[in-house]
Amino acid sequence: MSVQVWTFLFVGVTFTLYLAIAWFSRVSDTKGFYVAGQGIPAIANGMATAADWMSAASFIGMAGLISTLGYAGGMYLMGWTGGYVLLALLLAPYLRKFGHYTVPDFIGDRYRSNAARIVAVACAVFISFTYVAGQMRGVGIVFSRFLEVDVNIGVYVGVAIVFVYATLGGMKGITWTQVAQYWVLITAFLTPAIAISLQLTGTAIPQIGLGSELLGEGTMLLEKLNQIQADLGFSSYTEPFIGSWNKLNVFCVTLALMAGTAGLPHVIVRFYTVKNVAAARWSAFWALLFISFLYLTAPAIGAFARYAMLDGLNGKTEQELPGWFHSWEQTGLMLWMDDGDGRLSYTGGDRADENELFRSGKLGSAEIATIKTDHQKWLSGREGGRDGRAVLRQAGLAGPDRDIIVLATPEMANLANWIIALVAAGGLAAALSTASGLLLVISSSVAHDLYYRIINPAATEAQRLLVGRGVIGVAVVIAGILGIYPPGFVSQVVAFAFGLAAASFFPAIVLGIFSKRVGTYPAMFGMIAGIGFTATYILGSVYGGWSSWAFGIGPQGIGVVGMAINFAVTLGLTPFYPAPYKSVQELILSIREPEGAPPALDIDSGA
Amino acid sequence: MAPLILYERSAIIRAESSEPLMPHTPDERDPRVAAAIDRYWKKNVTIMAVLLVIWAAVGLGAGVLFADTLNAYHLGGYPLGFWFAQQGSIITFVVLILVYAILLNRLDKEHHRDLAAGDGGAA
Repeated sequence: MSVQVWTFLFVGVTFTLYLAIAWFSRVSDTKGFYVAGQGIPAIANGMATAADWMSAASFIGMAGLISTLGYAGGMYLMGWTGGYVLLALLLAPYLRKFGHYTVPDFIGDRYRSNAARIVAVACAVFISFTYVAGQMRGVGIVFSRFLEVDVNIGVYVGVAIVFVYATLGGMKGITWTQVAQYWVLITAFLTPAIAISLQLTGTAIPQIGLGSELLGEGTMLLEKLNQIQADLGFSSYTEPFIGSWNKLNVFCVTLALMAGTAGLPHVIVRFYTVKNVAAARWSAFWALLFISFLYLTAPAIGAFARYAMLDGLNGKTEQELPGWFHSWEQTGLMLWMDDGDGRLSYTGGDRADENELFRSGKLGSAEIATIKTDHQKWLSGREGGRDGRAVLRQAGLAGPDRDIIVLATPEMANLANWIIALVAAGGLAAALSTASGLLLVISSSVAHDLYYRIINPAATEAQRLLVGRGVIGVAVVIAGILGIYPPGFVSQVVAFAFGLAAASFFPAIVLGIFSKRVGTYPAMFGMIAGIGFTATYILGSVYGGWSSWAFGIGPQGIGVVGMAINFAVTLGLTPFYPAPYKSVQELILSIREPEGAPPALDIDSGA
Repeated sequence: MAPLILYERSAIIRAESSEPLMPHTPDERDPRVAAAIDRYWKKNVTIMAVLLVIWAAVGLGAGVLFADTLNAYHLGGYPLGFWFAQQGSIITFVVLILVYAILLNRLDKEHHRDLAAGDGGAA
């Protein structure tokens, strides 16, 4: 069977599975809808958190990023896992003890203010939409790569499927679907990694393979990779702090991703769904353990694929090139613009002008065809010819698309067609699971915090559930529109969401738990200052063309400065404002106290 | 666990009102219970601080700040700084959370025993 048939089969089977799970876990009350009835076992919640967490960017984009960045790729690995330590130690158990539905709920009650609640709702919705746009785009990309349909059709399918299972089952449906999605995505990620590790190094464990000798070469894989990179003009794979990725930038991006991870509302809210505080702690452990299976494997895939790419393609003629090159060349993820010698050359750095490998990026097929024709004319010295290499280099499209690293690995390792199709299903699972978690945050922020807690406190259970479902429906459609007209590069957009979360929620929640003194206004001004600064800087430097004026920190790492501003503003203003009410101080004491007593607050279950 | 309605819904809607959110529970006024909770919180903060120091030292320290120095050493085929950035830090993070979960859940139990030994307190 062909890859396409297998893909249709796998996508069909997994989508049916997700819908079936949603049907069996459909809910009829708001507690089920927002926090899955708080009855999810720790280990299942860990899997759900892992799937919720690992997005299209983790699955498709990250290994590719590591592959091109080398050492500096570690900032994504450390940032996206290190944040869990902060989350587990500083936030999760206390928020579970607090016992509410949403992050704005905590902010609103801890700071006793609807204004603070509204600021938190705005932050949660803004962060979630930034993030979800990338996921919907990811669904579209997977569809277009594997099923050769238009990206937009993929987005429509994604919207439809999430719409059904998120509105039907709420958090409960989403949780159990995510458990299934975890297994799909991790199997899809590990299988090709193991295969290519066996092929290159003879060991089945990719993490050991990465530190081993190449089969038949007698040199360490990483050493060999460094040597090839140097020969071809690229910078060293394992040496840190090259070019703009200096120590300061790597440090800031890593820390921003860590604090951002801990402040992302769709991750935090997962800890509300378990039975008790002890389960919340265990669930943080399970979550990071399950996540680490993918995160420890991604660097191996990155390096293996980099080696296969540089070693397997350079100097090869059309006939000698491997089959996977030809199949992925058709997708535009790779383009070969020969200089006339008939041999491919993939170089970079100070040898960048010899490079013949490009990608089509956002250029349409007509534009690419023109460039190719002009290039042929140029090669044969006819009139009207243009060097296609120069054109693409100018457009910033040198080198293959990063996404190819994960997408093409199964073929590099000569795996069967069904495994290639499994990767497609895995990518979809990663994108859908994250999208649904984010959409639920948007729904609960608007329907619970805004509608129920502020606009219509007298709303009945049925009304609230209806509004919750309605908001999720609207949010899915908006997410779809953002997926069709994406605001930027998938992984880039996602990385910004972390800076925003780090600069807004993280300080407010940490100070809310660990300080009894911090009051409403300082916290609110802190959040506004932090997210305002970070958003302005990101928009300014990405779209406004500002140069990085804050000590050379790029837009991805600027969340750290935003976070520092938030802490500084909050703590600086605190002495000038009154301490929280006694009742709030008691609330803080009660969330710090170990369990045994009933949860700090539980407004709904008595009804 | 028996759910309680601990405060009136209106209290949080009228956000800036000064009504107490929660009534005092008797055990919180008991100085012995208060002292036990205080001890618990101090131990918790100590465990947390130690684990966070390890977190920062391994992740931000070995993985970033000292990565260039550590790269002079090797672990198998891995330069050490590179290994910390792409493998070692992640493994450490998983272990840190595991240790935290074990220690804190044990501390919770100790605290409850502590209270029970006192006067059959809150647990």
